[in-house]
Amino acid sequence: MKILAVKLPDVGEGVTAAELVEWHVKIGDVVREDDTLAAVMTDKATVEIPSLYSGTVTWIGGEVGDTLAVGSDLVRIETDAEAPVSADLADEPARAPEPEGVVPTVEDAPVTASEKPVAPAGKVIVAVKLPDVGEGVTEAELAEWNVAAGDIVKEDDVIAAVMTDKATVEIPSLYSGKVVRLGGSVGEVLAVGSDLVLIETDAGAGSSGNTPSPEAPAATASKVDAAKPAVQPVARPSPARASAVPANGAPRAEGQPPLASPSVRARAREAGLDLRQIAGSGPAGRITHADIDAVFDMPRRSPGQAAPPGRAARTGTEEIKVIGMRRKIAERMALANARIPHITVVEEVDVTALEELREKLNAGRGDKPKLTVLPFVTATLAKAVLDHPEMNAHYLDDDGIILRHAAVNAGIATMTDAGLVVPVLRNAEALDLFQTAAEITRLSEAARTGKAKRDELTGSTFTITSLGPLGALATTPIINHPEVAILGINKMATRPMWDGTQFVPRKMMNISASFDHRVIDGWDAAVFVQRIKSLLETPALIFMET
Amino acid sequence: MTSLTCTLLIIGAGPGGYVCGIRAGQLGVDTIVVEGQKPGGTCLNVGCIPSKALIHAADEFAKARSFAGENELGISAGAPSIDLAITVAWKNGIVKRLTGGVSGLLKKAKTRYVQGQARIIDGKTVEVATADGPARITCKSLVIATGSKPFELPFLPFGGTVISSTEALDLETVPQKLAIVGGGYIGLEIGTAMAKLGAEVTVVEAAEHILPQYDAELTKPVLARLKELGITVHLSAKAKGLSEDETALVVDLGKDEIDILADKILVTVGRAPVVDGFGLEDLGLSMNGKFIATDAYGATSMRGVYAIGDVTGNPMLAHRAMAQGTIVAEHVAGLPSVWDKKAIPAVCFTDPEIVTVGALPGEVPGSVAAVFPFAANGRSMTMERSDGLVRVVYDPSSELILGIQAVGAGVSEMAGEFSLALEMAARLTDLGDTIHAHPTLGETTQESALKGLGRALHI
Ligand SMILES: Cc1cc2nc3c(=O)[nH]c(=O)nc-3n(C[C@H](O)[C@H](O)[C@H](O)COP(=O)(O)OP(=O)(O)OC[C@H]3O[C@@H](n4cnc5c(N)ncnc54)[C@H](O)[C@@H]3O)c2cc1C
Repeated sequence: MKILAVKLPDVGEGVTAAELVEWHVKIGDVVREDDTLAAVMTDKATVEIPSLYSGTVTWIGGEVGDTLAVGSDLVRIETDAEAPVSADLADEPARAPEPEGVVPTVEDAPVTASEKPVAPAGKVIVAVKLPDVGEGVTEAELAEWNVAAGDIVKEDDVIAAVMTDKATVEIPSLYSGKVVRLGGSVGEVLAVGSDLVLIETDAGAGSSGNTPSPEAPAATASKVDAAKPAVQPVARPSPARASAVPANGAPRAEGQPPLASPSVRARAREAGLDLRQIAGSGPAGRITHADIDAVFDMPRRSPGQAAPPGRAARTGTEEIKVIGMRRKIAERMALANARIPHITVVEEVDVTALEELREKLNAGRGDKPKLTVLPFVTATLAKAVLDHPEMNAHYLDDDGIILRHAAVNAGIATMTDAGLVVPVLRNAEALDLFQTAAEITRLSEAARTGKAKRDELTGSTFTITSLGPLGALATTPIINHPEVAILGINKMATRPMWDGTQFVPRKMMNISASFDHRVIDGWDAAVFVQRIKSLLETPALIFMET
Repeated sequence: MTSLTCTLLIIGAGPGGYVCGIRAGQLGVDTIVVEGQKPGGTCLNVGCIPSKALIHAADEFAKARSFAGENELGISAGAPSIDLAITVAWKNGIVKRLTGGVSGLLKKAKTRYVQGQARIIDGKTVEVATADGPARITCKSLVIATGSKPFELPFLPFGGTVISSTEALDLETVPQKLAIVGGGYIGLEIGTAMAKLGAEVTVVEAAEHILPQYDAELTKPVLARLKELGITVHLSAKAKGLSEDETALVVDLGKDEIDILADKILVTVGRAPVVDGFGLEDLGLSMNGKFIATDAYGATSMRGVYAIGDVTGNPMLAHRAMAQGTIVAEHVAGLPSVWDKKAIPAVCFTDPEIVTVGALPGEVPGSVAAVFPFAANGRSMTMERSDGLVRVVYDPSSELILGIQAVGAGVSEMAGEFSLALEMAARLTDLGDTIHAHPTLGETTQESALKGLGRALHI
């Protein structure tokens, strides 16, 4: 056994330091070569750092939010593996695992919300992801859960119903096993491809490689390995001994009462957890604190902090560090809002004709991806800026220069697990509707999985933001600095409209556009919005060569 | 009429009611406790505490008597005498201190205390006859904690020579001849004490065993000791009533009927819940036999009405009442508390004492028991009491401990470890591999676990 370090690698583009945004391991964890150790963030992209060795983590190089220099030790691993010749840690092979020479217990380490459910021996935890529910839908709202954590499900059992723009779809389970975590609560909107539920199933069931860890959807396809000792989260002995602790997660026989100490029971009660549904990994099948950690994936709460259910007053505050992507977003938003005096124009648009066209175009598509409204809006924008080049511009306020762009590079505001990301659809003016649709799907998928390349995340000239079915009546979009305008798409609804003689049902959709009032006057803003409105209301105009 | 309002109103300040009141107060619930007699209820005034005081005095007296005769320790002392009136006054002093303590604790928790008999008007209104006249209290939640009273035999009504435990604990002279009807723990505790104080005691028990809810392995040392103390025990015997001249208890022994001469007849045939005479009947709550039916939160069939303690059934024990009181207070305060206890320990302060926690042998199919005797424990020998044993009932496949019992002098103080083992879901190895201080009685617990594991050391 020796201790080898995994260093923060060169994460590209002359980056010299990166911010730790997430730990995938903690001290005492057993990792295998290529398991993801941590995620770090550079200027724009989040990069996952894989392990170079198999072994036990004995030291970690910082806390989430810390910035590490490229080349510094990220984690140290006790391993049998040989260090690469270049590894300069070979100088100090006998280095103590911790600077103070103490092996900290897991309880001393910060318990992060990223702790994974740990599968008992012979079991693996696999994810059922929110599948593509059709029509190029990129997200869906959780309408109903048919299972709860702890339930046993069979393959093809319906686990949830999700609602897209148009339809409610029931999602079946791909595996048989025990549900260990739900991916959200009813009402939450999940991205296609994100984990819907995690299921503990017999080893081998999820060997399709489609079994990513909960924190890294589709990113690394790393199984939560059955070889990991189930008692790990509270393993007090040294890492080497921890792996020798036997796991015993067999479900109890029917009718057998759960075994748990009073403090475990109290914690389960406070968490609203039914102990009968939890397998115990302790001796004689005792349910331990670790088992509860695994199911609920939450840091320990002291009894006093418990939030009583019902009508009782809640007390206490939770501190959440604003780090990583969130900090970037916060900075950019603050900058945009501080510098740009926004003027927002809201207009209603009759999209009945557009919807008819969209339906016709989609009808002949068969299994091919279908069109959403977004490609039409992108095309409209590309057309509208021909007459309004002042809108497709960057205002470099520090330099006192406005740069008008010939290309329409549409930023598509996209919600990801990490927060708002704006991938860029380049040369929207040169793409047809279906190419646009395909490109938007590809980009938003890349953004969601953190795989978007740097040049796919920069260089937008005009940003479009849409919250889909959550789009509300009106929004006040914040301009993506240094752009000068942004277009927000609101929710579509059928409303009664007066046609001069009677009320008729029309498909109506509002648009909310914000402009940089320093360089765009209200008049021009209003004219531009009217142009967009007329194009959307008479979609043939979008495609006319004029 | 005075009117008061509160969130939580508790009727009865016994261990159930006063603990509920303290806990609710701690949680900021506006609470009133109403008590018709004295704070502390049966337990502090006429139950647990007075009986243990009497038992202690009797033990000391018996010890002194043994020193007056030949003894192995070589102590010689004169023949002792006892003035029971002074003993009772001492006991009353302890009771006063404890009941005063309860009032102080309620005050500290900011829970109001109202003295007076309560009468339930409806599920949210109670009228109390206080010294200053009637008071009407309205509340959001009501807790019935009215406890229990001695069960009265129709053919042996209390009065005159026929007494209940309450009077037995307040006697100012030791009766010469004491007949006890009922060989449960209360009768045997008081009977043993009285025998040690010099009374000639006869116990009449209808069942085939004394302490009928325990098995013979546990009761045998107690029975042996009763004999040693000169107590006559009639089993399968039925008390019929007083003899005509009221100097004897008539007992049907099956084949024949005998008269047991007695100047006091103590009837301890169980306790009846206090569930009538104060308007409770009008609520029409669901009952469980003669007890009030409750769920795991202590809630009755009427919304907002709870019941705790002896009114809710067996085992009628103070610590159960306290645990229920805590859960109801927390539930009313919105906490997710629920009855999820694994075991309620029970102690007989007989001589020797008996402790039981959890399953008895044979109660859980497939379980087995490991027994270790105090005869092999050093500490027991140094205390001249090596009768008794510790017994662990466990599941042989998982080693999980299902129950622990003990009989022996001083074993009541071992109850905590037994209960903790059950609540923590301990296995034999957990007990067996825990260092128990030497020389203590607790080593016997460790050894019984080791015996189950096939590696007992001192046998
Ligand atoms: C001799 C003896 C020895 C015992 N020894 C033990 C022992 O060693 N260990 C043990 O655990 N238990 C023992 N017990 C049992 C224990 O005392 C009871 O289980 C316990 O007191 C029950 O508590 P409780 O709160 O339910 O009711 P109680 O203690 O009976 O209290 C009820 C209270 O409610 C009051 N009340 C009733 N009706 C009204 C009304 N309408 N208005 C106002 N107030 C009212 C009563 O005055 C009383 O104070 C013993 C009992 C006896 C008799």
